[in-house]
Amino acid sequence: MSETKNNNKFENPHYAKREVTGPDGKQFIVDPIKDYFSDERPKVYEPNSIPVVEKFLNWARAESLWVLGFGTGCGSIEIPPLMTPRFDAFRFGIQSRPTPRQSNVFIISGYLAVKTLKRVIRSYEQMPSPKYVLALGSCTINGGMYFDSYNTINRLDHYIPVDVYVAGCMPRPEALLAAFNRLKELIKEGKGEKANEYAANFDWYKENQKKIIKDWNMPDYNW
Amino acid sequence: MKQVLEKLSASFEIEDIVYQRDDLTFLSAKKENLINLITHLRDIEGFSHFVLLSCVDWIEDDKFQLTYFLNKPEEKYDLGIRCMIDRKEASMDSAHHLWKQIATYQREIKEMFGVDFPGSPGVDEPFILEGWDNIPPMRRDFDTKQYSADTFFPRERPKTNDPKEYMKEQMHPGEWGEYRKEKK
Amino acid sequence: MDFDIKRLGFTLLGLLIVLNWGLLMSSIMRKLGARVAKRYGIRWFQPWLDLVKNYALRSQISHGIMFYLGPVFRIGGGVGLFLFMPMIIGSELWLNYSFHGDLVLLMYFQFFGMLGMALGSGEGGHPYSAIGISRGLSQFTTIEVPMTLAIISLAIQYDTLSLIDIVKAQQGGFQNWTMWTNPVATIAGMFSLLGALSHSPFNLVKAPNEIPIGPPTEYHSTFLGVLQTNAAILHVVEAALFMNLFFGGATNWFEFILKTFFIYFWSVFVGVVFPRFRIEQSVAWFLKIPLVFGVLAIILYM
Repeated sequence: MSETKNNNKFENPHYAKREVTGPDGKQFIVDPIKDYFSDERPKVYEPNSIPVVEKFLNWARAESLWVLGFGTGCGSIEIPPLMTPRFDAFRFGIQSRPTPRQSNVFIISGYLAVKTLKRVIRSYEQMPSPKYVLALGSCTINGGMYFDSYNTINRLDHYIPVDVYVAGCMPRPEALLAAFNRLKELIKEGKGEKANEYAANFDWYKENQKKIIKDWNMPDYNW
Repeated sequence: MKQVLEKLSASFEIEDIVYQRDDLTFLSAKKENLINLITHLRDIEGFSHFVLLSCVDWIEDDKFQLTYFLNKPEEKYDLGIRCMIDRKEASMDSAHHLWKQIATYQREIKEMFGVDFPGSPGVDEPFILEGWDNIPPMRRDFDTKQYSADTFFPRERPKTNDPKEYMKEQMHPGEWGEYRKEKK
Repeated sequence: MDFDIKRLGFTLLGLLIVLNWGLLMSSIMRKLGARVAKRYGIRWFQPWLDLVKNYALRSQISHGIMFYLGPVFRIGGGVGLFLFMPMIIGSELWLNYSFHGDLVLLMYFQFFGMLGMALGSGEGGHPYSAIGISRGLSQFTTIEVPMTLAIISLAIQYDTLSLIDIVKAQQGGFQNWTMWTNPVATIAGMFSLLGALSHSPFNLVKAPNEIPIGPPTEYHSTFLGVLQTNAAILHVVEAALFMNLFFGGATNWFEFILKTFFIYFWSVFVGVVFPRFRIEQSVAWFLKIPLVFGVLAIILYM
């Protein structure tokens, strides 16, 4: 084997603990992983104790779905038509948001490379709870046509919890709209609690994630 | 173009010239002469555009084949220069000083095939695979299906049947050939 | 001014009306924009749903004290603008807490929320926030220039800095409106209104598909809810300010709603027609035509 192993290959120099001289000449230690990120574990949030209130809030959550504008695979080409006059997802209360902080729905659109999965996990964990995941295409269910690829995952639900699967390769925008309506039903029934499931089974998810993301150079929980 | 290549073939030990089309030619060069050859083609013969660099794993011959595609914009002429290198000590001279973008191709080939290009900028950095710890995945001795099965929690596939066998057993229990004869 | 529970009650009621009218107006305008694009558009009650959902999100994180104070300053700017804005002329109670010489304070409050957001989103630590806020501040500074010139022109014309006096001087028929008596200042003011309401040609700062959403990149759940509430209030109050300055104010709520609707519609009308400017284009634009009109308005009334 002509394989050469670089020992510090997995370490990101930006995250290394180091001593920095400030503009005023003072020296101080910077540890980005500790300074910039919180390592607090996710919490399980109890629903509102008054059923009527919770029902009302669930209705509001279901009718106002803000989608994270993050296309992971080929399926992301199906998302822009949703906003065009032909499909017009706005009439269902669906809007796209550019930042994970403001979005509630994460569409995993198609195959997911390991490199992308790392970004997906970061974005997913930054979304405020309650959050929902739509898995689009066969690739997220069992790998689809990339089932034997060295670089794409096979089952999404081992890494992040999935609310609704949309089968197909590729699903049409109509299928995506149907999935949104199914998601709305689930939320209104009070079943959109996958974020709590993620928090409850946090260790299992982390173990699976770390099994395939070998250069884990970020905090365990990305707030 | 033929005269040019024949003129060059002596000085650069070019072999196997294949005139594939009017505007496409393949030729083979030795590893030692290759950088000189493409430098000459770029500077003297006007092949100023670098198209792509690809790699093929000839596992049976214990060789890697590197193919450099050059293009001459004035004549719209493509030239594919093949070069066989040893698979055991897979290493090749870097050509990033000729075209900057070759560094990216070389980085990808280093990651996917394990062919080393010493001196190429960033050749050791991960290109697509972050934190890859197995043999390079595009080598043919890498069992990608097995790797996927070991790593990515494969979902159990539903049981499927071969349509011909299934019909033979379920719908026509007798000999398949006899059934065809009866029908005639 | 003595404490008056009745006045306070009416002011809070006015705030509620203005908030709901702002939300309804934003949904109507988004629907109009959608119809121009031949879409059905959002449902009319969508802004309320978004608001409830954002307030009801369960998890939220903070990046520090200023991160909290950013939205508070912002809504402080919006509500402050409302508090000192006479809503209905002729009624003692709907004048809110406006006093003589409040125009300077109103101008300050327009900028106040922006500065608060600058501090708050700066603490968010996201580079996009910093880029967004520097764009926003530079654009808003240039918006303020023609607006200030127009208001100074009005102050010279009516010889007062009191908004109530300016409105009262315009009563008695539409021919008394500033729109007719000082058209040059009106043009400068209406151009700067386009920027102040941040609709399409000048919405680069907060457009979701530009550098992700600009200053509020890190703001979520309740923080974002506060910002949305403020946006609804601010849009109506900005329109009300221009109504009072140029279009004769309102003597009843129906007139108020009609006039603010059309003033807001002016920016939407321009927004659906013209594509988005880059920041240097919009800065240059405000420093050209509106500035010329503003200077002209000053010169004419010197």
